[in-house]
Parts: sequence; C-alpha cells; structure tokens
Amino acid sequence: MDDNKTSHIKHTPGYGIYILVWLALVTLTALTATVAGISFGKFSIAVALVIAMIKSYLVLSEFMHLKFEMKAFRIFVLVAILFFLLLIVLLFQNYSYY
Amino acid sequence: MSNSSVALDGKGKLPSYLIDQGKRKGLLAWLLSTDHKRIAILYMIGVLSFFAVGVSLGFIIRLELLTPQGTIIDAQAYNEIFTLHGVIMIFIVVIPAIPAIFGNFFLPIMIGAKDVAFPRLNLLSWYLYIIGGTMILLSMVLPGGAADTGWTFYIPYSVRTGTNMIFTLSAVFILGFSSILTGMNFLTTIHRLRAPGMGWFKMPLFTWSLYATGWIQLLATPIVGITLLLVIIERVFGVGLFDPTLGGDPMLFQHMFWMYSHPAVYIIIVPAMGVISEIIPVFAHRTIFGYKFIAYSSIAIAVFGSMVWAHHMFAVGLSNNAEFIFSLLTFLVAIPSAIKVFNWTATLYKGSIELEAPMLYALAFIFLFSIGGLTGIIQGALNVDIYLTDTYFIVGHIHYVIFGGTGMALFAALHYWLPKMFGRMYNKKVAKVAFWHIFVGFNILYFPFLIMGWLGMPRRSYHYLPKFQIYHIIATVGSWILVAGLLIMFINLLRSLRTGEIVTENNIWGGESLEWKVQTPPITENFEEIPEVTAAPYEYKDNDEPVLEKEEVN
Repeated sequence: MDDNKTSHIKHTPGYGIYILVWLALVTLTALTATVAGISFGKFSIAVALVIAMIKSYLVLSEFMHLKFEMKAFRIFVLVAILFFLLLIVLLFQNYSYY
Repeated sequence: MSNSSVALDGKGKLPSYLIDQGKRKGLLAWLLSTDHKRIAILYMIGVLSFFAVGVSLGFIIRLELLTPQGTIIDAQAYNEIFTLHGVIMIFIVVIPAIPAIFGNFFLPIMIGAKDVAFPRLNLLSWYLYIIGGTMILLSMVLPGGAADTGWTFYIPYSVRTGTNMIFTLSAVFILGFSSILTGMNFLTTIHRLRAPGMGWFKMPLFTWSLYATGWIQLLATPIVGITLLLVIIERVFGVGLFDPTLGGDPMLFQHMFWMYSHPAVYIIIVPAMGVISEIIPVFAHRTIFGYKFIAYSSIAIAVFGSMVWAHHMFAVGLSNNAEFIFSLLTFLVAIPSAIKVFNWTATLYKGSIELEAPMLYALAFIFLFSIGGLTGIIQGALNVDIYLTDTYFIVGHIHYVIFGGTGMALFAALHYWLPKMFGRMYNKKVAKVAFWHIFVGFNILYFPFLIMGWLGMPRRSYHYLPKFQIYHIIATVGSWILVAGLLIMFINLLRSLRTGEIVTENNIWGGESLEWKVQTPPITENFEEIPEVTAAPYEYKDNDEPVLEKEEVN
C-alpha cells in the first residue's frame, strides 16, 4: 500500500501562490461577465462552462491541495466528477431529444 | 463444524468488547463508545426496532385489504400508513441494515484492522440515524399527521399535501447524511487500514461488496439530499422548481429522486450479496467459484446501477431516446447480478452442503432474489412496463428483491454472525422452524401480488374491485404466517443472548476469513497483534472437509 506516503507537509505552497490563484479567479469571473454580453449563439453556454471548469480546477488543485495529495484522493475526485458528468449526459437524453 | 487451532484460544480468554473497559460504565459506555463493534450493536438495536414498527404497519395494511371497501382504518390513515411503511423500511431499515450492523462489526476485523478509519464519525452517523428515525416516528403523532405521498414523495402532491411533509423530508435528509458518513468511513478504512499482506484480492467478498456500496452511498446520496431540500424550499417559498403550476418540471423531481433511489436499491442489495458470498462457501465447504468475477460484479453493479434510474419513469413520457437507453442499460445491469447467482450455484455444485439456519436463509435469498430479479427484467421491457406501471406487480417485485433479497440476507447474517458477536448459540431447531414459517409465509404473501398486478390491480389503492379479493385474502393469510415466523425467529435469537449455549471456539462454522480467527466474542482491539495475511479468504483445502482435494483426485 504505497498510499501511505503523504507529502503535503513539505509541499505547502506560500501565500504568493494563493494570491495569484485568487487574482486568476477574479479575472476569470470578470471574463465570464464580459463574454456573457457578447453573443456567441449556441456556444455562449460552452464558453461559460469552460471558464468555470478552469476556475474549479484552480480551486481543487491549489486551495484544496489536491495537487499535493496522493493519487487515491485525486482518483476519488475524478470518479465523483465522472459520475456527475454521466448523470448529466443521461439526464439530457430526456431533455434534448424530444 | 471445525475447531480452529488459531492463536488466541490457548492463552485464555481476554475481556471482550461487551465488558466495559474505559472510565465510563453501563449505558453511557455504550452511547459514547467509538468502538465499531459497539456502534454495530447500537445500529442493530435501532434497525431491528424500526423493523418491528415497519412490519406492524405492513401487517395493518394487509388486514385493511382483506375486504374491497374499508375494513379497519379510513382512507387517509391508509395513505399515511403505506407511506410510513415504505419510508421506514427503505430509509431506516434496509439501507443501513447490513452495512451499518454487520459492515461496522466485521469489516475492520475482516481486513485485519483495529477499528474503522473515523471512529467518531461512525458514532455521529448512528446519532444522525436515530435523530432521523425518531423524526419519522414523531411525524405520526404531531398535528398534521404523517406524510401521505408514498415513500417516493412525488411532486406535485408532496408540495400540496397538508401532512407533515417538511418534517419527513428533513428526516430523510438527515438519514442520508448518516449513510454518507458510513460509506465514506468504509471506503477510507478499506483503502488505508488493511493488514499487511491483505491485498485487494485477498479481501473477503463481503468487504468487496461494502466497498462498492460505499461508493454508491458517497456519490448518490447527496443527490436525494439536495432534491428533498429543494422540495422543502418549493413548499416554503413556492419557487417553482418542480411544481408545474409555478412553471416547474415535475419530471425533473422524478429524475433527481431516482438518480439516488435506484442506486439505493444497490446500497440495499449489494451488501446482502456480500453476506451470501460469505455463507455459501462456508456451508458448502468449498472455495468460492469465480472470486474475482464476484468481486468485479459488485463494482459493475455499482456502475451500471447508477445509470438505470429512469426505468422507474417509463410511463411518464420520456423521450424515445431516453427510453431506449435506459431500457438497454436496465437489461445490462442484470448481467453482473446473474454472474453472482451463477457463481453461488457453481460453488454449491459437488459441495458438502450443511443446511444450518444461515445456509437455509442464503438459499432462500438466491431463490427469492432470482424471482425478484427476473420480474425486474420483465419490467425493463418498455412495452410491458407501460402495462405494469403502478400495479401490484411492482409491489410484488420490490418485496421479492428487497425483503426476499436483503431481508433474507439480514436473517442469514444474524444467524451466521450473532453467535460470534455475543458468544452464545441460538436453538438451531427453532431457527429452522422459524425459517420455514418465514419462507412459506413470504411466498403466500407476495406471490399473489405478482398475479393480481398482472391482472391489473393498482398499487396504493384503498378500494379495489371484488375480483381481486381472493388474492388479497391469500396474501393476508400469508402475512400472518410470515409474522409468526418472524416472532419465532426473534424470540429465539433474543433468548439465546441470555440463555443460549455458550460458544467458546473461535471458528464456529469453519470459516476461513479473519473474523473466525479472533476470540469469540472479539476483544476491544479485535487482535492482540495485527495479523500478517498470507492466504486467500476461501481456501478450504486445510479445512476439516477437504472437498476440493477430493475433487481434484476425481
């Protein structure tokens, strides 16, 4: 069980990274608000979702320390995300194909 | 029966977990204990008490349905009682039953750990369970009366009924948290606390089943939590999420409800399958057939079982695309379940089968679950399902799967592990008498459901056409036999705790997994020393019945 090798003590990031990530999140939020005003047609939702995904990635990897955690934790989160995606895909089989 | 020559026996008995060893004594030592075994016993008291309430409610329903018009209660009371029966049996009895009682007690022992990964969360989950369960009971006596929507809380009625909906929904929400904590605890325990040498494929199959269940509990339960919360918000603020008169979508509620509640069927049945996978090889004296297939099929059930929820909604007007996909996936989920059934029967083949009480219940599980599973496949076919939706066929199917499956596995587990947990043996003859009452009563009660459902008897109906009365009378008589069997069984088990023959041997039934190598009843820390695991969990070559070797010679 090589899962036991946790390493977040030696990898604690400094405040600098947190501030950078926070700035990135604020910028991306501003970007979402800006592009909402531009008409991309049916791609508007896709653009908003892509930006939201980037933001989620930053929060998960930096603020929630997933970047420094062992593989099992990352797999747990990945499974949860895949499960959620699966539910959405199946749910939309009902709503998109009348 | 074999007497194992394993470690602890020769050194004299150590004080078991049943004896208070900390600074607290008596009731407090139980209510504040973080020992997984004591929490398991607390859960057992809770689950079996609520089971008694659920059975009583079911018994009243059956009495009421003796005649086509009202018999002993009025229509409103009938609606409340069948709702309570469903809510109690599903959310408070069968969902926690096997994982929270036997998973809690035996999972750490089976993988060679001293406790679960988060003992305090474990105790918290029990308190949440008791709070949720008590709230459901309180909803009966508070002004407004118990919820009358059926256990599925379908919109729009659940937004409009004047009964104690918010109270009931909050209770189920809290019960959900209890379930999530248990699942999370088991997953972490299995990942982090396995003894040296306990590789993934050396784990007993019960552990595998709890692993698959843990994932479903962790991923699916939050969905029902948030859904029920949204119904509360809908009732209080009238936001219009689900209510069509406010612009909401009632089908969205059904989707979100079944996204959890169908996988919940697998939270209910997969641990039961784990129990059966433990019992069959022990009482057939054979190494389990297809260990890896059974292990993987638990995971496959968890995965496919999460993708079939809309088969509960074939009659509500899904898109053709959704109907096709969900019907196909429903047929696919039958495959891993069938793999298990075939592997169990293959294990029995040429085994030296001992028909002790746990084995009888395990065989009953295979028989009744097969009927439950096959009637499920019938409903997976779109056209047939349209005809069968909301008939007694569904009620028969759910009882064959859940009571015939998980109920029988729960009784099997009680007869298999209770002597280990308390160090006392029940009366084996009485246990068999109880079994036959339960098995016969069960089929007389529920098989007529399938027939009258096929003939068009609608479910949840207070009045019915006189032509169905004969089936209802047969079913009600079956309920009397079944309840008699349950009474005999529980009295026998309860009596054994006080006056049963004392069991001293570690290996009561001749099992090979780790729980049979520790003291009976186990010590607080489970093991004097954490064991080094070298053998697979079902190696029967060294047992007193070397069936495998004989076979190899043949």
